[in-house]
Amino acid sequence: MKQLFIGLCVSFLLMACANQSSTEQSLYDALGQYEGITKITHQLILVIAKDERVKHRYKGANMSKFKKGMSDYVCAAVGGPCEYKGDNMQLVHAGHNYTNTEFNAIVDDLILAMEQCGIPVTTQNRLLAKLAPTYKDVVYQ
Amino acid sequence: MGSQVFSGINIMTMNRLFLALITAVLCCTGHAATLDLNSDDRISRSRLLATGGASTIEGAAGGGIVPMAVLAGYGAQEEQSAVAFGSYVDTGDYQLEVVGGAWSWRNRIELSFVQQKLTHDSLTEALSLPTGSISQRIISAKVRVIGDLIYTPMPQISVGVQHKKNLDFFVPGAVGAKKDSGTDVNLTATKLILGGFFSRNLLLNANLRYTNANQTGLVGFGGDKNDDKELLPEVSAGVLLNRHWLVGTEYRQKPNNLSFIKEDDWQTAFIGWFPNKRIALVAAYVDLGEVATFKDQTGWYLSLQGSF
Repeated sequence: MKQLFIGLCVSFLLMACANQSSTEQSLYDALGQYEGITKITHQLILVIAKDERVKHRYKGANMSKFKKGMSDYVCAAVGGPCEYKGDNMQLVHAGHNYTNTEFNAIVDDLILAMEQCGIPVTTQNRLLAKLAPTYKDVVYQ
Repeated sequence: MGSQVFSGINIMTMNRLFLALITAVLCCTGHAATLDLNSDDRISRSRLLATGGASTIEGAAGGGIVPMAVLAGYGAQEEQSAVAFGSYVDTGDYQLEVVGGAWSWRNRIELSFVQQKLTHDSLTEALSLPTGSISQRIISAKVRVIGDLIYTPMPQISVGVQHKKNLDFFVPGAVGAKKDSGTDVNLTATKLILGGFFSRNLLLNANLRYTNANQTGLVGFGGDKNDDKELLPEVSAGVLLNRHWLVGTEYRQKPNNLSFIKEDDWQTAFIGWFPNKRIALVAAYVDLGEVATFKDQTGWYLSLQGSF
């Protein structure tokens, strides 16, 4: 049992390292390129619209502008051939005092939207890993 | 005779308590669970699925035997949450029943309570003991000090205290334990690395426990061989196959305070199922080593948790 435990831990670590250098499909391609990203953003808006925790935050917002801005941002963040022309994440969210609860809710909604778009778990995780660091620029600003 | 009747009543009460809790959990959570297992039923608890962990046998949120820095339930920083759970371990010579609950506030503070009951029929027979079980009550508090499990580069770090009161000190006292109560202090760091394991999410957890509890306190606190508290490491790691399934393993170093009975380190390999934010089920293979003269105590662990 002890050997099993140590073995598991060592393989976790080795694989976590090997993971870094693996030659997998680019995240941009895995998401279905710009078309796939727009589809996810579209679905996300539909999910948010039903989410009592955050929908009031989008009241009166220009959703087509949000859709293009978010799609461009994600496209650029995953190494796609896009240029995000909007303000940086800190400026976009400044003064709104978005909460930890709302950030969690949006991540919840994004995961659901990706599931509804048939994005595999591994691709979902790779995108979440790219977006999670924005937390510090979004929450309680 | 008197004590046998007494312990018989104890067993029945505990079993009833256990059954009642399981029923309550199933009634409250089963409805949603059976109707639509994978639905994202919107309860206003916003942390991601599985990030509240399961309930350890000592009450704190974590795995089965090793606590994590995460707080019970799914409450984010503007919410609160609660869990109720029941767990059962059977290693052949010993059975452990645990019922408990925890409450967390604003993803900052966690308070928990458990009642444990260890049944030791083999030991009773071997030593002709007048009692058949040992119960223990644990009250714990945990504070998230800094960091977020997922969203900050730094791991989530929590500090916890667990006050334990052994309710049947006859056997622990007879084998050399010094006290019937004690307080453990835990310093825990936990990190979920998104896509950290072949693009699956990787959960890493380490706990440092300051303790003198023998077999978590079920065999009392301190002993003839060592009566001082010591710092003992505990680690666990797991992989989320998807957001509903977590597989992993735990290792917990144990003190060895009693010359009469040897205490081994504990290990588990577990699989956790999180169908939705209301329910969690954990099954594990456990290896507790030698427990109070009985060698090779391996067996099964099952835990059911309802979140509110």
